Amino acid sequence: QKVSVEVLDHLEHLALVDFRDAEGVERLQKAIEFADQLHEVNTDGVEPMDSVLEDRCLYLREDDVTEGNCTKELLENARETVEEYFVAPPGNIPLPKLGERETFLQDS
Amino acid sequence: LAPWVPVVGLEVHAQISSNSKLFSGSQVQFAAPPNSLVSFFDASLPGTLPVLNRRCVEAAVMTGLALNCSINKKSLFDRKHYFYADLPAGYQITQQRVPIAVNGSLSYSLCIDNKMSQMVTKTVRIKQIQLEQDSGKSLHDDTRSQTLVDLNRAGVGLMEVVMEPDMCCGEEAAAAVRELQLILQTLGSSQAVMAEGQLRVDANVSVHHPGEPYGVRTELKNINSIRFLAKAVDYEIQRQIEELENGGTILNETRAFDSKLGCTVPLRDKEGKQDYRFMPEPNLPPLILYDAKSLPANMNHQQVINIDWIHERLPDLPSVKREKLVEQYGILPEHSFTLMNEDGLAEFFENVVKQTQMKPKKVIGWILKDLLGYLKEHSLTVKESPVSSYLLADLLNLLEKKEISSTAAKQVLAELWKGEGKTPLEIVKEQKLQLLQDQKELEQICQAVIDRQENE
Repeated sequence: QKVSVEVLDHLEHLALVDFRDAEGVERLQKAIEFADQLHEVNTDGVEPMDSVLEDRCLYLREDDVTEGNCTKELLENARETVEEYFVAPPGNIPLPKLGERETFLQDS
Repeated sequence: LAPWVPVVGLEVHAQISSNSKLFSGSQVQFAAPPNSLVSFFDASLPGTLPVLNRRCVEAAVMTGLALNCSINKKSLFDRKHYFYADLPAGYQITQQRVPIAVNGSLSYSLCIDNKMSQMVTKTVRIKQIQLEQDSGKSLHDDTRSQTLVDLNRAGVGLMEVVMEPDMCCGEEAAAAVRELQLILQTLGSSQAVMAEGQLRVDANVSVHHPGEPYGVRTELKNINSIRFLAKAVDYEIQRQIEELENGGTILNETRAFDSKLGCTVPLRDKEGKQDYRFMPEPNLPPLILYDAKSLPANMNHQQVINIDWIHERLPDLPSVKREKLVEQYGILPEHSFTLMNEDGLAEFFENVVKQTQMKPKKVIGWILKDLLGYLKEHSLTVKESPVSSYLLADLLNLLEKKEISSTAAKQVLAELWKGEGKTPLEIVKEQKLQLLQDQKELEQICQAVIDRQENE
């Protein structure tokens, strides 16, 4: 079962990844086949597991103010700031639709 | 012409009243210098992990209990993915699979035909309450084509209260939200001040013909007050009816309420249907809550949340307080409703009653008509009233003892309102408003008037 172009395009939009070329898509295909081996296990009557830590105790923190106040340090990571604000483009710039952008997927 | 049945559901986000954020120790505060209340975790710097704030869980449990919900003893956290500049991690930690509370109800009152004298009680089902993170704030600078981001709000704890589509108009939606606001404020789980963004409401609106399936719904956002909520919902109902009667269709879209124009407008392109790719939050094990029966013997108290312990300590909810006021003071339900609807007014009323011999049934008129009338006229809150409960009680005592007339009392109140520090008695003396009680003196005056008449 091959991954369809629609699904690949959908993934590129959602996760902003670029499958770049046939090799990239093939790698994805192989990863899915590898994970599909899990279906061979009979899990009837077994509760799905979220993580190996799921039966640990969830630690509850007291409601005290213990951090923050490090504006300068945080802003150092930003290429551009304006008066202690981070700067971002005006709203999301969506990836152009499949027919309108240069992607290897077009030829698939 | 077949009748239309409007259907309204609500999603309410209430900011939890706590010192620090849901998963980090940075402070929760309105209006602070940008990015000053932000920890490394809030900024989503690599290597940071969420640590759950106990107070936020207690707030959600309190709220769930007050809304008659079943509290899930095991609830889970999930990631909801989407890209936006004010969501640095690229996902929000929420509770999509198993939220902390489900299946509750909220009762609220409505006046029929705008007459305060006829109130009905309605109920809306609460689908669920979930804990989730708030996002940061985006300031759009259209002139420079950029967005400025302040992460002070990023990570603040929210309770999302989802109300089933049991409401049918703007008035019902507004009344339900108002009651929820009063409950949250009474519990202290949220201060629920809409103007400060502590209470945000999204409405889902659709219309259909009786007996037919529900129509396509639109989501209304950007509603800044309870008044605008009612207007937005009613406008949208009308818009949908007109559109359908003209043969058009309703799009499943998100619309914003434009308060200046009084209408709803489609929200800027939301990129089609969102796929949030929900997944379990791998860094947080399930949240386990206990009750008296299931309380573990050997656990550190600070790590245990006991639902029954919280239940026992819930304060009287507004509906209970209203009934108590009616029972204790013999006032009407609609009076009690107005007392509870105004912050501090019920307390003011009770203080006056304590300090005066006048019957509560008479005092209530002075509180609701005269005092409240003045406050509304001058846009003041009860706390800002220049007339204290002590002064008003003093005045009402003069009236009760028949030392002044009712008309004179109103005059004194007008003078007291100026807040010049005079006592009621001083004003009565100044303006010579005392009622004459002395029989002989009254006879002399009457006789003098009669004599004057005869002489003319």
